[in-house]
Amino acid sequence: MLFTSYAFIGFAAALLLLYYCIPKKAQWVLLLAASYLFYAIAGPEFLPYIFATTATVYLAARLLERTADKQAACLKAHKADWSKEEKKAYKGKQKQKRLAVLILCLLFNLGILAVVKYSDFFLSNVNGILRAVGSARTLSFLGLAVPLGISFYTFQSVGYLIDVYRGAVRAERNPFRFALFVSFFPQLIQGPIGRYGALRETLYGPHRFDGKTVAFGLERVLWGYFKKMVVADRLLVAVTALVSDTQLYSGAYAPVILLFYTVQLYADFTGGIDITIGLAEAMGIRMQENFLRPYFSKSLKEYWRRWHISMCSWFRDYLFYPISVSPGMRRLTKFTRRHFGERAGKRLPLYLSTAAVWFATGVWHGASWNFIVWGMCNWAVLMLSEECEPLYKKFHTRFSVGKTFPYKLFRVARTFALVCALNLFDCYASVADTGRVFFSMFTASNWHVLRDGSLLELGLAPADYAVLAIGVLLMLAVSLLQRRGSLREQILRRPYPVRFCLWFGLFLLVLLLGAYGFGYDASQFIYNQF
Amino acid sequence: MKKATAKKWGKWAATLLLVVLVLGLLQRLLTPKYVADVVEGAFVAEYYDDVPDHDVIFIGDCEVYENFSPAVLWRDYGINSYIRGSAEQYIFQSYYLLEDTLRYETPKVVVFNVQALQFAEARNEAYNRMTLEGMRWSSAKVGAILASMQEDEHFLDYVFPLLRYHSRWSDLNADDFRYLFRDKQVSHNGYYMRVDVRPAQDIPDAKPLADYSFDERAWAYLDRITALCAENGITLVLIKAPSLYPHWYAQWETQVEAYAERHALRYINFLELQAETGIDYSTDTYDAGLHMNLSGAEKLSKWFGRYLSDELGLADRRGEPELAARWAEKLAFYEADKQAQYEKYGMQEKGD
Amino acid sequence: MEELLQILTDLHDDVDFETEEHLIDNGILDSMDIITLITEISDAYDVTITAKDIVPANFNSAKALYALIERLENED
Repeated sequence: MLFTSYAFIGFAAALLLLYYCIPKKAQWVLLLAASYLFYAIAGPEFLPYIFATTATVYLAARLLERTADKQAACLKAHKADWSKEEKKAYKGKQKQKRLAVLILCLLFNLGILAVVKYSDFFLSNVNGILRAVGSARTLSFLGLAVPLGISFYTFQSVGYLIDVYRGAVRAERNPFRFALFVSFFPQLIQGPIGRYGALRETLYGPHRFDGKTVAFGLERVLWGYFKKMVVADRLLVAVTALVSDTQLYSGAYAPVILLFYTVQLYADFTGGIDITIGLAEAMGIRMQENFLRPYFSKSLKEYWRRWHISMCSWFRDYLFYPISVSPGMRRLTKFTRRHFGERAGKRLPLYLSTAAVWFATGVWHGASWNFIVWGMCNWAVLMLSEECEPLYKKFHTRFSVGKTFPYKLFRVARTFALVCALNLFDCYASVADTGRVFFSMFTASNWHVLRDGSLLELGLAPADYAVLAIGVLLMLAVSLLQRRGSLREQILRRPYPVRFCLWFGLFLLVLLLGAYGFGYDASQFIYNQF
Repeated sequence: MKKATAKKWGKWAATLLLVVLVLGLLQRLLTPKYVADVVEGAFVAEYYDDVPDHDVIFIGDCEVYENFSPAVLWRDYGINSYIRGSAEQYIFQSYYLLEDTLRYETPKVVVFNVQALQFAEARNEAYNRMTLEGMRWSSAKVGAILASMQEDEHFLDYVFPLLRYHSRWSDLNADDFRYLFRDKQVSHNGYYMRVDVRPAQDIPDAKPLADYSFDERAWAYLDRITALCAENGITLVLIKAPSLYPHWYAQWETQVEAYAERHALRYINFLELQAETGIDYSTDTYDAGLHMNLSGAEKLSKWFGRYLSDELGLADRRGEPELAARWAEKLAFYEADKQAQYEKYGMQEKGD
Repeated sequence: MEELLQILTDLHDDVDFETEEHLIDNGILDSMDIITLITEISDAYDVTITAKDIVPANFNSAKALYALIERLENED
């Protein structure tokens, strides 16, 4: 079920109605049933996958906690009669046990993910190597269907398991409650990747019907639909056309592609997340924000703190930190220091762990080289700006422009252009195509296409461009207004007729200007397959 | 306290009313009016404006609504008829249109054109729309929609056509506003008048088919039409209109003849009655043999009117003053349309 | 504590670390700062900060960070 299908809207509406009619204690049970129904509709053959992850992570977490509790009890019992060394030896042994459980469970679940998502990519690379060494053998692809939301629920479960291992949260005792945490349907489609510690507080209710909460939630859902259906799905037509032909659509088209795709990605992804968070909010469930007006960032580093926050913080907490502070990394630091000096010793762990994170982020986005190169480009830019930091500081002490508005605007525009350029890797399945189209921009001789009506042959009529302009301006206006605090609160303070006009007006905009229904191809969320 | 509650309810009622009003208005505005170019889209709804006491009901596609003129049947034989036709009307739609008609009246004769047997499934959403949208809501309409929908269509889009036509805002024209609250009569009891002439020539050769037998589903709906007529004491007449194209295969003819015989139905193949009806393909078609023009339709109606009176014993009702008065008006519109078209195409009316 | 404050000031000379209580929540320290900080601390204090210790509560203020260091020193 796509967010934009009648089926989904009907499903969500029926659920919402039922949710507030049944006893509050049963609300989470209803959500669990709805989530599994949702999953079964997406493909009953995928149920074993999510079930396996749920079961193994649930059991492993319980086991980890029981071992930790036993350890604490044992240490308490032997507080007096064990020496410090005995205690340490015992702790070490217990820790190894827990680590074994953790690693086994991680291998199993990340293994499933790796097999369904990456085996064909791996095989194609093996075939490439075989060809390169002159072998006539080729391995055939598995062609496995990727279960809905597998990356999201796997990461969410793995994060939970690591949290339990670290003792940051208590393991969930009720397997059904845990199953809901893994399968909660609004976030199955494209995240955000929730943290158990935070979600636990609101996911299970009970939630009393509160007009304001429900209205706020639905308002956000509507806004999400606006972004997605009016802007993203309309632009998708042009983006698909532009990306389909790298020969024709290059040169002067390249900046058009960059801009269109970046706007489309933003509208599609943030719109989808608005629908997710809004729907959860309407049910009284607070989810973590995934975006903080990312295109207002003044640097790429800041952008990655404000874009797809749940994924970035996941990689930070469960990959970047562990690698950075791992014993191996410590030894490497010492080694580098001894041989290459103080500064290199300090920088190396940073470089290596960020490289690992960006490699993983690239792989997460898709099983192909262009995403890996995309990740590494992000890494290179981030490291470069990190190295240039002293230079910036010097510049700013000499020229005091740093705090002025034009300079801030310049930084925002520069970051936006950078993000646009990096996004290009998303468009094409091959690194070569991405490079060719990108660099064709600088040698372009076909700038006339921007004026001679060629842009009207991409499946968008003048009326569509007008709608897009309105949509982008509206998104910009909302983002600007949001800087002064919750826009919905601001609206709430207006008299009812004004509020009604705003809501109904937005509804009509979606209804009339949305790119949906017969004649529009149902577009998949860009983030569905991750 | 009571006052506050009343105020709250008032607020909600006013909101609801406004929402329904605006959405309803938008739906009327954005739904195609079918008054200028594709008038066929308006035929199905126009039926409900007529008084339902017809002797003969035609059901079928362009091969009925462009080939028979109810005006001639009335003028020459006093037979009150109506054509429930629509563009590329599929056989399942014909069945449900008959069901729909029976909610209002029970005619003595139903005429069905067998060319529609060739399609077992709907092939085009636009044609579905033109047939189904005009129907009033009833179980027949629901049945027709469910039987017609293609894979990428949604029932909800038929319930709220606004969902289907929402993007028409960019091609609204004056007609959409002019006919926002009223309809324009576009047919003559379901007949689509064209006076221009394009002689039939270069009819493409019939392509051989892999399988000439009609689909099970098409037969099943013909069975249902037959049964429904039998239940209601209606005489069902199967016809094959004299269109040269699309091709009517001999193998198809055999199957229909066998069916008619098995069910004791009358079957008239007008392709074989060229001499009797006097159809001249160099003057009687407006699109090179696909459809009859006014001249062809009037010739066909004259022959068929005699058949209805002589063979099926339909009475001459010209003596009924009320009906006659209604028809006098219709005939005036018929003549006016005719003259307007002659002027439009720069033609002279030829005397019979 | 003095040493810790010195490390922090070397990292960001524009922050008053003695009073700031929301180093993480206000986005003053980012993930790279934290890693740099941990490297410096492990040099200065001979403690091993592991991934599970990297939570906002431990890094939001110099005081909290110092408490963490003391705790780790005692554990070993």
